Amino acid sequence: MASLVGSRVERKEDGRFLQGKGRYTADINIANQTYAIFVRSPHARAKIKGVDTSKALKSSGVVGVLTGKEIAEDKIGGLIAGWAIRSEDGSEMKVPANPPLAKDVANFVGEPIAVVFAETLDEAKEGAEKVKVDYKILKAVVDPSDAMKSEAIHDGVDKNLCYDWLLGDRKAVDEAFAKADKIIKVDLINNRLVPNAMEPRACVVDYNTASEEITLYTTSQNPHLSRLVMSAFGGVAPENKLRVVAPDVGGGFGSKINVYNEEIVCSWASKKIERPIKWVAERTESFLTDTHGRDHVTHAELAVSNDGKFLGFKNETIANLGAYARVFGTVTPTYLFGPCATGVYTIPAAYSNVKAVYTNTAPVDAYRGAGRPEATYTIERLVEKAAMELGIDKTEIRMKNFPSEFPFKQTLVHTVDSGDYVAGLEKAKQMADYSGFEARRKKSEASGKLRGIGVSSYFEACGIAPSAAVMSLGCGVGLWESAEVRFNPTGQISVFTGAHSHGQSHDTTFAQIAADELGVPMENIDVVHGDTDKGTFGMGTYGSRSLTVGGIAIVNACKKIVAKGKRVAAKMLEVNEDEIEFKDGEFVALKSNKKKTIGEIAFACYLPGQRDEMKSPIPEGDEPGLIESSFFDPANFSFPAGSHICEVEIDPDTGNVKVEKYTAVDDFGRIVNPMIVEGQVHGGIAQGIGQALHENTQYDETGQLMTASYMDYTMPRADNFPEFNLGFTCTHATSNPLGVKGCGEAGAIASPPTVMNAVIDALGGQEISMPATAEKVWKACKTLKKSNAKAA
Amino acid sequence: MTKITLEVNGKKVSKDVADHTLLSVFLRDNLNLTGTHVGCDTSQCGACVVHVNGKSIKSCSTLAADIDGSKVTTIEGLAKDGKLHPMQEAFKKTHGLQCGFCTPGMVMSAVDLLQTKKNPSEQEIREWLEGNICRCTGYQNIVAAVKEASTKM
Repeated sequence: MASLVGSRVERKEDGRFLQGKGRYTADINIANQTYAIFVRSPHARAKIKGVDTSKALKSSGVVGVLTGKEIAEDKIGGLIAGWAIRSEDGSEMKVPANPPLAKDVANFVGEPIAVVFAETLDEAKEGAEKVKVDYKILKAVVDPSDAMKSEAIHDGVDKNLCYDWLLGDRKAVDEAFAKADKIIKVDLINNRLVPNAMEPRACVVDYNTASEEITLYTTSQNPHLSRLVMSAFGGVAPENKLRVVAPDVGGGFGSKINVYNEEIVCSWASKKIERPIKWVAERTESFLTDTHGRDHVTHAELAVSNDGKFLGFKNETIANLGAYARVFGTVTPTYLFGPCATGVYTIPAAYSNVKAVYTNTAPVDAYRGAGRPEATYTIERLVEKAAMELGIDKTEIRMKNFPSEFPFKQTLVHTVDSGDYVAGLEKAKQMADYSGFEARRKKSEASGKLRGIGVSSYFEACGIAPSAAVMSLGCGVGLWESAEVRFNPTGQISVFTGAHSHGQSHDTTFAQIAADELGVPMENIDVVHGDTDKGTFGMGTYGSRSLTVGGIAIVNACKKIVAKGKRVAAKMLEVNEDEIEFKDGEFVALKSNKKKTIGEIAFACYLPGQRDEMKSPIPEGDEPGLIESSFFDPANFSFPAGSHICEVEIDPDTGNVKVEKYTAVDDFGRIVNPMIVEGQVHGGIAQGIGQALHENTQYDETGQLMTASYMDYTMPRADNFPEFNLGFTCTHATSNPLGVKGCGEAGAIASPPTVMNAVIDALGGQEISMPATAEKVWKACKTLKKSNAKAA
Repeated sequence: MTKITLEVNGKKVSKDVADHTLLSVFLRDNLNLTGTHVGCDTSQCGACVVHVNGKSIKSCSTLAADIDGSKVTTIEGLAKDGKLHPMQEAFKKTHGLQCGFCTPGMVMSAVDLLQTKKNPSEQEIREWLEGNICRCTGYQNIVAAVKEASTKM
């Protein structure tokens, strides 16, 4: 039987999505449901002096109004920061309380203050208009660079500083810098982004008064984690009385990791008003309250020798957490950022220092790549600048500093098990016709255009997260994944996974893996996820972990099925277990060539006392049934890597930047479904080009979000991109039996510096910040023209 | 309230609707045709695109009462006799969708493109899809799907 792993299998999920049969949270309606509308703070920072709900309660159709007072009285807990980070001085991070409904103070525009439930959506909106909140407006802290000098916005958080974290050795770095021929410096802003999954967040809650069970349908990347957080920290209901279902989810990109205020409030309130509740965010609510991404202010330096060897690296970053620390908020700018900031290079000495600050803006958390795009942007801007200043070819300087062997002990934290960075960059050069660039530059010049080429080599640490490694860093959380493989007596198979697909194609990829392991057609396999009542427990999907962690749990559970199958087959065929070979779905007795299919074994496991059989087929010590589970906790992160090359052409009259060519060569280890992997890379690159050229989240000085709709926030469109040219190299990961590395985030990690390096190359080395909009580029072109005129 | 009569996916429907009812709301809430999605409030994302009298429109910015008497086709009405439309087939073949949320609008818009222009160039496809936002695919395989379908339609 041909292996399905490695094949371009069409997706199992497409039939329903293409015919409008997907079932997203907003598609769910429950009889007798009420509609929720949240009353949100219009101010970035304000004292809440009082909330008057009396008029709202009398409004037509209003069923109930609840505020921060009631939720505090019911002792419902707030939102949490998931990872503990210590400051350089050893002190614990400072985390303010984040109640689901703000009671005393509002800390960002859009923070929920109260909620109105009504018979219709229109009545809920009208009722919400009638809730009167008495605010005392306070001066907002908006700019992360100023946060430490500003008034503290949270009690007990001096200088608005969550932590001042250091990784690495400052003294060793100083010594390395003292020996350097040249110090390359960059000041970077990693622009704040809104993840913008196309499906706005939503929840539908159904409280069953008989069983006292709450069912929450929600737009989550990790329903089990949501249930855990809501039970353990929110106190909404015990886990056995709370079912969380994340049905079809329309994209996440990190923004649907967190448990949000609305889910906690609606779950708690459904029990209180004894009615189902439906809440669906409008797009502006998503802009205001979904967790945002990036938002770093970085000063970084690279010490180099004249021949282009890297000697030392320092990274001083201020990371904006927004108003509150959320689930991945504290770990994203530290362990997901700092260790990766030295990139794919051997650099003898390095440190990353990150000061995470609170501001009166929406919370900042994981967004596709989470920390690793910021890290790659930092080092790859430095490397490109070093090449320029030293007059060394930008690919040569990279090759010169790549590790010569694997495992590659990276400067900070990671030991990269496998890779071949030289092969990746060579392949990218060839695919991009790197050597032909100068001719293309001249051709552009002849038509009055500026052409630039940019390179970026990256690695990332994903497959989040090996518990032992993470615990040793002091983070306090490890993240394994679970799977259960359940045979029905008649031979179909349900594969339960704790990972969650919101576009990643698990129904297909996981079925391919299980089909290969079990030797059955993938049509016989259903992948089940997204419902806490179905699977045991799981950590969900983010950090390119589904395949590298969740997929391996499936493999391991399948191996247990086969192992039991062998024992049963041996008994049925009356041979020793070691005389049974399992191949293509059949257990074969090697000597006699008698066989049992895995379907026959499953049937026998469930119906052990068959009429004509005198003996039970279940061996002594085994139990009936054919169900196996596995919890997989990897030994290490996985480390995808690659090199991307981009060419842009700038029209100096308009400042318009056109991406002319984009080449990506990635090493994801073994690839299960090339079609799906290519799709992941395309999407990641597009988001990265969006960050580099189009997208920006802009607050004004009072903390009002100026980019809170698609009229103001530039979402990349189809005509912003050329056709991406993809290539792959393959070195297997050694940390898991499939040799897979994860592919979900790579595109978004590699592409921003690749594009910006090309833009800056076209602009003759002039620094420009992301996004390189037409306005900024046009200004830079004017400056370039002036300096060229002077030089002439 | 206004009484409207439409032919939706080949079936006649008559309902009383509030004057301000959007076509997207009417389809989703009154007819339970939840394949038509709503992804924004400013008529930008295109997840709500349906056909009215054969032309693609954004149902989130069309009043149901305004199109009284029209023929409406939604994503649910595209496949015929259990057979996917060539555009649906092409999206499946080229992996033109991931999370599926923008897909209904994207497919309906793309079908109208090929009705309007037989063999569009890559640039024409990309420009036509300006009104449909996808966050997952980087558009590459969507463009490939439209090209693929253009050889079949």
